[in-house]
Amino acid sequence: MIATPTITLADQPFEPGLLVTAFCTDRQETGAIATFVGLARAERGAAAALELEAYPGFTDAAIGEIAQAAIDRFNLHDVHIVHRTGRIAPGEAIVFVATAAGHRRAAFEACDFLMDYLKSRAPFWKKEHGPDGVRWIEPTDRDRTDAERWDR
Amino acid sequence: MVLFGRLAGQGGGRDRVVEAGDLASLRATLSAADPELGEALSGPGVQVAVDKAIVRGERVLTAATEVAFLPPMSGG
Repeated sequence: MIATPTITLADQPFEPGLLVTAFCTDRQETGAIATFVGLARAERGAAAALELEAYPGFTDAAIGEIAQAAIDRFNLHDVHIVHRTGRIAPGEAIVFVATAAGHRRAAFEACDFLMDYLKSRAPFWKKEHGPDGVRWIEPTDRDRTDAERWDR
Repeated sequence: MVLFGRLAGQGGGRDRVVEAGDLASLRATLSAADPELGEALSGPGVQVAVDKAIVRGERVLTAATEVAFLPPMSGG
């Protein structure tokens, strides 16, 4: 089976449930689908909104490469990643990851692997709008060490 | 030329058209107009993409080439 990932950069809110339904449709050999949805947190009022900048054509290509690596590494049947860009309000979905595999372990692990990459290394530039103005955000040490778990 | 992240704020906008035959002369032109921006463009962790592919070192530029300066990426 030759699987190619689907990568979408969305500048408007998306509905995760519809994506899960579509991703589960028409599968004969897939036994496991794992999904992850990341939401924007309000940080108890400290974050009025997040703003994510992407470089279309570059950001989606970079995510596509790592998704392809996940397909090869975990023997996946399919991957769908949707990532928001632009201004994102608390409670809105930022990221959706779905992985399809023959069995659950590969689907779970691939989803975890992809999220660690997306949080630490994906080419986005992020700023937070809060009560004291705007600040740029960089990956935390925890994001980096999470991602390093997968390096060999 | 396209500036991302904090560089866009420093450079006074995201997109602009600059005439330059290679990356070194592009940097020289930008530094001459705005020394602070010039310094920021060669700051730690800033990468250069030419037509959406990362480039290390020199590259000849033609009329329609898109050069992007990418500050350290934040992840999603």
